[in-house]
Amino acid sequence: MSMLDIRNVTKQFGSLVAVNSVSMQVAAGELRAIIGPNGAGKTTFFNMISGFFAPSAGDIVFDGTTVTKLAVAERVAMGMARTFQITEIFPELTVRENIRIGVESALGLRQRFWIGATQKAEVNRGIDEALTQTGLTVSADRLVGELSHGDQRAAEIATALTLKPRLLLLDEPTAGMGEHETYAVANLIRRLHKNSAYTIVLIEHDMRVVFNLADKITVLGEGKMLAEGTPDEIAANPIVQEAYLGKAE
Amino acid sequence: MSTATTTAVTTPVMPARPWLTTAIIFAALLTVPVWLPMLGGYTALAGRVLVLGLAAMSFNLLLGFTGVMSFGHAAYFGLGAYGAGLTLKYIAPSTPLAMVGGVLLGGILGSLFGRLIAQRRGVYFAMVTVAFGQIAFYVTYSWDSLTGGYDGLRGFSRAPLNLGFTTIDITNNSTYFYYFLLFVFAVATGLQALLLASPFGRTLVAIRENERRARFLGIPIERHIWMSFSISCCFTALAGALYALLNNFADPMGLHYSLSGEIVIMTVMGGMRAFWGPLIGAALFVVLQDYISSMTVNWMSFVGLIFVLVVLFFPRGLLGMLQKGTQR
Repeated sequence: MSMLDIRNVTKQFGSLVAVNSVSMQVAAGELRAIIGPNGAGKTTFFNMISGFFAPSAGDIVFDGTTVTKLAVAERVAMGMARTFQITEIFPELTVRENIRIGVESALGLRQRFWIGATQKAEVNRGIDEALTQTGLTVSADRLVGELSHGDQRAAEIATALTLKPRLLLLDEPTAGMGEHETYAVANLIRRLHKNSAYTIVLIEHDMRVVFNLADKITVLGEGKMLAEGTPDEIAANPIVQEAYLGKAE
Repeated sequence: MSTATTTAVTTPVMPARPWLTTAIIFAALLTVPVWLPMLGGYTALAGRVLVLGLAAMSFNLLLGFTGVMSFGHAAYFGLGAYGAGLTLKYIAPSTPLAMVGGVLLGGILGSLFGRLIAQRRGVYFAMVTVAFGQIAFYVTYSWDSLTGGYDGLRGFSRAPLNLGFTTIDITNNSTYFYYFLLFVFAVATGLQALLLASPFGRTLVAIRENERRARFLGIPIERHIWMSFSISCCFTALAGALYALLNNFADPMGLHYSLSGEIVIMTVMGGMRAFWGPLIGAALFVVLQDYISSMTVNWMSFVGLIFVLVVLFFPRGLLGMLQKGTQR
């Protein structure tokens, strides 16, 4: 059974059909990249998966449960986590405090007015784990707002990882980054995928990142699914070359 | 190749010695009956600072630590005062019971209103708080038979504290009453500090910092804002109850939006990101009001001028600025 099963989802904003009856299955442990030119409906598609808004039609099944109309908090509780195109973090808090909020939420402590030493230790273990996973241990006590763009993104991914997600959604993880940072973030994603077996769906513009990381690629164009396949299949697909790759060059 | 651009943000207020401010404040508050008369003040003035300071700090749980703006907080302050007054007048002459009555009245109504208010955001949130505040004001103002209407509620006075083994006369001895206020203030602000240091308190700061990220970490935003609002109203109502005990009087102006505005002014002047900021703001406000109003009826224009200067030159507020000054 697939981890994520999207069945004919459509999203209309007034007369604009942003996403038009797109279906997609992502297997457990897979890294799926969604590509497509600007305005293809990638982020809209993402927002429906993560619960930012509900689709106009169609169904989203996550790990066997229909989540089409569930609120964000409920999807998060089921193991869905996401990052955003423009990094969403708590800029005036340190990296450690950013992660702490995620860990405490994941452990179900978010409405507690008091926690004991055992739970504090458990929280600190969770923080250290997320710091190690993302290589942020050295900057743990710096304010996130003062970090480089790449490290801010890593911090955002770290807070998402605290939720122990069974599905990690990354919206343009390398957007706006230089060579060096793109490389570092791509490596982080590869480690999460290869070493920790996370199921990841990402939107990405950087084709080197996409073709290096993805198990399978879904190509969207003008709200419709243009193609789906392994990186080799996609690279050889004439429709994709014409609609997307051709234009880029 | 291209290096990363570092986002420049203002450093938050993190004093190098967090206990220092608290120690200085309590040292000053504990010795008020010694030094205030020397400066020409009177103890009841310090009582007003504690009461309004508690109200502003309670309000600041929302503004400074949850990031939402209530423009109708006087309603819960005033309801707290009426709750205490009505308890003393009609139920039992007990000071602790009066405080419970005040907290219940302000807290329950605040929690009911808050359920609806928390569904809104930004300017709509603020507008709805004003609307509910004015509803509470007009009901209190119009319900003559119960509240005394325009003239306010009279005919009650705080009762001596019976501790079982001894009785403390807070009715006639203003120094004893001041220390009673200080005790309640210390307990209430201590609870607030614990709240902010708890996982729940951290979710509030998370909502203030980035609501979207908080939501995608699984925090039910509306529910937490509602909880924060209710807690803030309970503490504000406690301050209102103390105000009724201080004056042996509760009046509808205690619910009026002009007081809501004054609470905002105190908080911003003192520094909304600093825990004790609103207390410093309240102290400045009360002292200015006392000294300038003895010279001119237009004292509020001077307070307004000082408020504008503080906002322009010390956007972190007075305490925020002082704490940043000592940061290493």
